[in-house]
Amino acid sequence: MERSGEEGRGTRSGRKVLILLGCPEVPVQTSIALYLSFRLRRRGDDVVVAGTGAALQLAKLADPEGHYLSGTMNIDRCIASISEGERDFDLCFAFAHSDAGVTYAGTVSYISDAELYLLLFGRGAEDLAETVEFDCRKLVAKAVHNPAPLKKLIDEVID
Amino acid sequence: MSCIDEMKYEVLLSQCSFKEAREYIRAKFKEVVEVPPGYRIFDTFLIGVPPLLVGIDGDDVIIPYTKPCYGTYVMRIAGGDEIEKLRAKKR
Repeated sequence: MERSGEEGRGTRSGRKVLILLGCPEVPVQTSIALYLSFRLRRRGDDVVVAGTGAALQLAKLADPEGHYLSGTMNIDRCIASISEGERDFDLCFAFAHSDAGVTYAGTVSYISDAELYLLLFGRGAEDLAETVEFDCRKLVAKAVHNPAPLKKLIDEVID
Repeated sequence: MSCIDEMKYEVLLSQCSFKEAREYIRAKFKEVVEVPPGYRIFDTFLIGVPPLLVGIDGDDVIIPYTKPCYGTYVMRIAGGDEIEKLRAKKR
């Protein structure tokens, strides 16, 4: 049986990964963020999840014993710490279903050396993808309530 | 809460896209400075995709201000010491 939490983690990879959450108004985000964190931690990555207070509260409430989430931080504090050179990441998965989400991801693409994956979802995912003006790997799914299309894209990029 | 939320400001454009905010600042203000994403102003780190433009109008600065759940605003705030820091970036 697959086990979650500390016991389910693989050998530490030393890879530092940022999961950057957008506004939590689209239901799939929280579910996919927990799944993504689980997959990354299982392969041994150190994962930090950054988001608004509401986005983090939704995720933390669903994982009261911290089986899937480890470090969390406020999204603006995260941007500040990268901008100030206090920390950086090897990989970043940024969630965006709106222009604001894309703008945050674009900021990370400029201030961070992390390889950036941009998860574009929601009803307007395809149109939103066309507005992206910075280097990143786009994972695009018209997902609102059904997390399966985004899960499939994540499974394709995480070994 | 960032310092900008606690300051006196005027909203010139609300809940627009970042690109609309950029074009508004470029079109409406004669003095415009390009800053890097994450530029620190009023103890806030600006969010944006290059070119990230900040306007200067008299004693005020005009900034794009993005919030995850509300989109981007264009705000006018008394510039204080920030104006000289911005002008120094142009030199």
